[in-house]
Amino acid sequence: MIKVIRSGFFTTIQDSGRVGYREFGVPVSGPMDVYSSGLANALLGNDQRDAVMEITMTGPKLLFQSDTSICITGAAMNPIINGVPIIYNHMIAVSKNDVLSFGKLESGCRVYLAVSGGFQTEKVMGSRSMYPNITSKNLVENDDIIEIPIQSRTFTKTYASIKSTNDIFSSNEIEVFFGPEFNMLSKDLQSALQSNVFTISNNNNRMGYQLKENMENNLKSILTGPVLPGTVQLTPSGKLIVLMRDGQTTGGYPRVLQLKEASINVLSQKRVGDSIKFRF
Amino acid sequence: MNPFELTYTSFGERSILIEWPEKVNENTLKDIVRFKNRLKKSNIKSLVDINSSYNSLLINYDSYIENIYDAFSELKALYSVKDSQKKSTCKLWKIPVCYDALFASDMSNFSEEKKLKIEEVVRLHSSVVYTIYFIGFLPGFLYLGGLDRRLFFPRKDTPNLNVKKGSLAIGGEQTGIYPQNSPGGWHIIGNSPIDFFDITKERPCFASAGDRLQFIPVDYKTYNDIKTLVEARVYQLESEVFDD
Repeated sequence: MIKVIRSGFFTTIQDSGRVGYREFGVPVSGPMDVYSSGLANALLGNDQRDAVMEITMTGPKLLFQSDTSICITGAAMNPIINGVPIIYNHMIAVSKNDVLSFGKLESGCRVYLAVSGGFQTEKVMGSRSMYPNITSKNLVENDDIIEIPIQSRTFTKTYASIKSTNDIFSSNEIEVFFGPEFNMLSKDLQSALQSNVFTISNNNNRMGYQLKENMENNLKSILTGPVLPGTVQLTPSGKLIVLMRDGQTTGGYPRVLQLKEASINVLSQKRVGDSIKFRF
Repeated sequence: MNPFELTYTSFGERSILIEWPEKVNENTLKDIVRFKNRLKKSNIKSLVDINSSYNSLLINYDSYIENIYDAFSELKALYSVKDSQKKSTCKLWKIPVCYDALFASDMSNFSEEKKLKIEEVVRLHSSVVYTIYFIGFLPGFLYLGGLDRRLFFPRKDTPNLNVKKGSLAIGGEQTGIYPQNSPGGWHIIGNSPIDFFDITKERPCFASAGDRLQFIPVDYKTYNDIKTLVEARVYQLESEVFDD
């Protein structure tokens, strides 16, 4: 078990998501940066579907009440166990009564913490991914007790470590396909999307990232249609909204671009004020 | 022959968007539901999730589509198979709603602006059989067609940040029920005690695209009685089979 001493700003549990319920209006959810969460699970020998903890902007303080192994990936946030710094992308043995906490966020936006066997929070409709009105909690909170699998203490020290590609944090290029309504855009708007630099606004979360720049347009609205994580919508008021993992399943704004899946991970590590460019 | 000219487009690396002509009508809906049911029964293994809207189907696969043209052909072949002439049926759901002023926070303004008496708004709203086009926006939010033109009314300029669960509302040319507390820009004219989304059920929402729905006006006391039964999980929602 893990006791949450302090939860951090926005901490959730995410597994591979709630697949098969989009027709009821339920998004798939799952980790924002699937690359980093997958790496954490892989380094522990977990199943890729196992639940990880997604930590946003500020870290939690966690008390381990049993032995396990952990792996931390994603944004650089100076993790320490009992005051001693630990490294990223590496399997680390943790003992009963150890305390994991985090320091200042240096780069990126979201950290992933995996434990051996995955977090065992409530499973609803086939998934542990927290989502409002579906799971009973939509955030990890102070004083929560989170179940983890009991690990027999046969931990063999491993030297395997991975040098993660840093592209995901250093790149500001977001690779895209044309969206279903790209052709509704004027030539000017099409070339603006291809050449301008865009900035992440403070309106960004697991549902969507709104960009700051205004794209004045007189597009007619479309009949409400299906949207996906990575769909870029253009609103009548000129805002670009990139839908993310908890985004709604249908929308009525023109879908001008669609992010490549790897670029959803890149965008998930951006925060307010970061700039991006779309690459076609 | 199928009467519709469909377009097939790749949408991201793992999805295909199939679009019907951009119209809201029941023939399109029937064709979409027919194709969707056929896809669900098909043995396309990698197909994991399908959702629909007024004029589209979105097909999601569990891995990257290797050859998009093969995937298109597979879908087109499935679409063009002739149906055995079975008559299709759907459900007509009877949804109790209370139009009482206790819930209908925007009713008096709505009736004034529309120059319709409140009783007239209720009569027009509850005398129609609506068609359920699809579920979207929120888990269990039904997109309904069939609102009487006399009740069309533009959405609020500024959305209300906390619309209560069960709120019955009109926005633009649409009407619907908020299945949970949520922000929303539609005008609230009542409330339903029914749960539109229940995580404990294998099918979390009772309704399907293509079903019909009727609002049954109930008074405040009946509303509360039903609410009690719903909360005790013993309420039996009324429905009948509807020949399409």
